[in-house]
Amino acid sequence: MTYTLVKCYSPYISKMDPCPPMLKKCFSTPPNLYIPFQPYNSEQFPTAREALYKGTLWTCLYDPYPLKREENLE
Amino acid sequence: MWYYEKKLQYPVKVSQCNPRLAKYLIEQYGGADGELSAALRYLNQRYTIPDKVVGLLNDIGTEEFAHLEMIATMIYKLTKDATPEQLVEAGMGAHFVNHDHALFYHNAAGAPWTATYIQAKGDPIADLYEDIAAEEKARATYQWIIDVSDDPFINDSLKFLREREIVHSQRFHEAVEILKEERDRKKVF
Repeated sequence: MTYTLVKCYSPYISKMDPCPPMLKKCFSTPPNLYIPFQPYNSEQFPTAREALYKGTLWTCLYDPYPLKREENLE
Repeated sequence: MWYYEKKLQYPVKVSQCNPRLAKYLIEQYGGADGELSAALRYLNQRYTIPDKVVGLLNDIGTEEFAHLEMIATMIYKLTKDATPEQLVEAGMGAHFVNHDHALFYHNAAGAPWTATYIQAKGDPIADLYEDIAAEEKARATYQWIIDVSDDPFINDSLKFLREREIVHSQRFHEAVEILKEERDRKKVF
């Protein structure tokens, strides 16, 4: 994969905001956004058991949520 | 805030008194995929969408109000001088009993506008996809209204509005592309 599954941005922060600002907001950009039509013979998870638990047979469609904090932020 | 220009975005002319056409046009006034729903949906989503696409929602949401005004003008012109008998004949008897000649936010079948027509999920991708779907549904609705309308002047305005739906859908697609872009930190999985 050459794309990220989360994008973050820094929203505008006003001096007048009453709550301590969240400097960074993040949102999901799941893998299906980047696959116009899934290619034939895509990579599969090695075992049926793993695929069953992941919810998809295809590794390119798997989107772990939530991403671990280190991966997600910074 | 907004500045108001006292003119329509595109001229609205009506060739004949036709309350039945007004009954159909009401769909774009207070229907699920109508201009009111569109304007409120986009302007409300502005607050929780990344800064890069706030301006787009602002501009398109504002334009939807200009469209709402055009639809209102069409409906008003088509019905303002219709007699109660003509309204009953056109299937607008229930509307007349409830509202006289006033416009009201309901769909072609008379169901009142409801906030459940619009959505704000907070997830930027989900919200923009909803917006794209709404534009395509509005485009389709314009097509079906043009199909049942034989008023060439009204159809001219409706064709303009249909084209705007296409442009808006394209811009929302582009907004999704902007949000998909890998900016700031490149993180490869």
